Amino acid sequence: MKLANLRSVTKLLLARMQFAGLALLLVGACSSDPESTIVSETAGSADGIGSDGIGATSLDGSSLSATDIAGSSGPGSQQDFELNVGDRVFFELDSASLNTEAQQVLDSQSSWLLTYPNVTVTIEGHTDERGTNDYNLALGDRRAIAVKDYLVALGVQPSRILTISYGEERPVDPAHDDVAWALNRRAVTVVNVVN
Amino acid sequence: MANSPLLISRRQALGAAAAVVACSALPQTSFGQLRVDIDRGLIEPMPIAISPFGSASPSLAGLGQRITDVVAADLAGSGLFRILDPAGYLQSSADLAAGPKFSDWRQINAEAVLGGSVEPEVSGRVAISFRLWDVLRGEQIAGIRFSAADAEWRRIGHKIADAVYERLTGDQGYFDTKVVYVSETGAATSRIKRLAIMDYDGANHRFLTDGRDLVLTPRIAPDGIRVAYLAYRDGRARVYMTDLRTERDTLLGDFPGMSFSPRFSPDGRQMLLTIARDGNSDIYRLDLGSRQMERLTTGLAIDTSPSYAPDVRDIVFNSDRGGSPQLYIMNAAGGETKRISFGEGRYGSPAWSPRGDLIAFTKIKGGFFHIGVMRPDGGDERLLTRSFLDENPTWSPNGRIVMFGREDPTTNTQRIRTIEITGRNERLISTPLDASDPDWSALLP
Repeated sequence: MKLANLRSVTKLLLARMQFAGLALLLVGACSSDPESTIVSETAGSADGIGSDGIGATSLDGSSLSATDIAGSSGPGSQQDFELNVGDRVFFELDSASLNTEAQQVLDSQSSWLLTYPNVTVTIEGHTDERGTNDYNLALGDRRAIAVKDYLVALGVQPSRILTISYGEERPVDPAHDDVAWALNRRAVTVVNVVN
Repeated sequence: MANSPLLISRRQALGAAAAVVACSALPQTSFGQLRVDIDRGLIEPMPIAISPFGSASPSLAGLGQRITDVVAADLAGSGLFRILDPAGYLQSSADLAAGPKFSDWRQINAEAVLGGSVEPEVSGRVAISFRLWDVLRGEQIAGIRFSAADAEWRRIGHKIADAVYERLTGDQGYFDTKVVYVSETGAATSRIKRLAIMDYDGANHRFLTDGRDLVLTPRIAPDGIRVAYLAYRDGRARVYMTDLRTERDTLLGDFPGMSFSPRFSPDGRQMLLTIARDGNSDIYRLDLGSRQMERLTTGLAIDTSPSYAPDVRDIVFNSDRGGSPQLYIMNAAGGETKRISFGEGRYGSPAWSPRGDLIAFTKIKGGFFHIGVMRPDGGDERLLTRSFLDENPTWSPNGRIVMFGREDPTTNTQRIRTIEITGRNERLISTPLDASDPDWSALLP
């Protein structure tokens, strides 16, 4: 099935990011060359400012912020969750329906969450770029809530689950093709706190 | 060369926000018939001469030329005027100040001639005046004298161009306006977005946020002072409003769930916005004075991207209640809702024209994004553009031009463009970085 392929691609992508173990820090362009951007990778907090005073931003709260939780690779950690459970599910165009594969991933997520009752998560709803910004914000919210509702139905306390929609703002694959769009139509469960 | 003694007849204050600029109408001999018919399908641009604005004070000559350049760029950019090459002008601008020699202007086939001057005033201000003549009829048809701080020279140039445009087309101009938009840098997977504001032509560019927070959908109030936008702060996505004079930033309200898609009412007193609650996005109206909130849509569908009709009676919005994203109109008082988009494809981001006659929208069909317009009853749908990704149309205050964002997937660039509702005269707006989601102000007060 196509989605199975997508999942393995995603896992590869995530594994690569985790290998780096880094938070991406993007620094604004130098004023002498406004079209260029400097992309640097740095560990730890990402509060740098570009040399020209243009603000930089960490990726806190985005799907990539998973990698911000340094050194947490044991049971109950973000890394444990991503590698052994699967942190994301995928959707069809304009849809927030959970297909069989998505339900299997969420079944595993709920078991894991019930095993580690101190963990809270944020579910991030995302869309592809093939829609307007406003509509995609609404659709991303609908996807995040669909995942939350499913987990809650399986016994996870609603108070442990926050949701946020990023619409089309945080693609995991920047390409402009069907494969990228399928990867980007996702809801990602991010571990917030490990007590 | 001196200012004509005729110049000052009537002083008008232009309101508190624009107290820096005062202007007065210059007397006209009579009304001429010279007119560009902008409703015709294909337009032959009107040939017009713009004589460089001179000055008796040598230190102001450069300023006069810069103002002249702004006026010429505005009028040429409208696509309605062809600016004749100044090298061919037979009458000098110094001579023109004493009155046009119409035979000289007829000889180069100018239908109208514009001249003006910049002179010092007390306390570091300048007096900028212009006169517009109908060459064929041999008479003055417009003239205004402005008093302004010299730093305001661009605005004065735009105001002169607006006056000329209005006199020669019979329609309101759109040059003395601002645009707020999202400036973008960085990788697509972690884009840095900042709010920015600029003149409609890209000049006077200024960033409003520093890029720490993800920001989206800036919308400028009719007063040109307040900007509402969506920001991701403190782990939540909510609508904020910033005051451009004080640079004070306030959370619009601590609503449950995500708030997004803000849009001011035409009088600036109310805000339409979308609130997502329990997976359901609905449209609300917030009274900015009393802070009273009113829910306008219900049901499990996505309802978002509201935009008021200029008469405030109706609201056009985007909904997937019929199974796919389409455009709907509802009565602003509540009740009656009807679908207006029936073409093939998915629709979004509707924007009601300030004239009331058309609704601009984004349409996604057959792998392309289009900017289009239709009547409020859904009739006469016309697609103005087609590209990989065009979206978020916003109107010029006269309802003649649509500005929108375009993403080019081959160069991975995003730019703001304008196009006339006739589908002609597509133009790029220059921005320092990538640019998306523009919102075009009303004519500034």
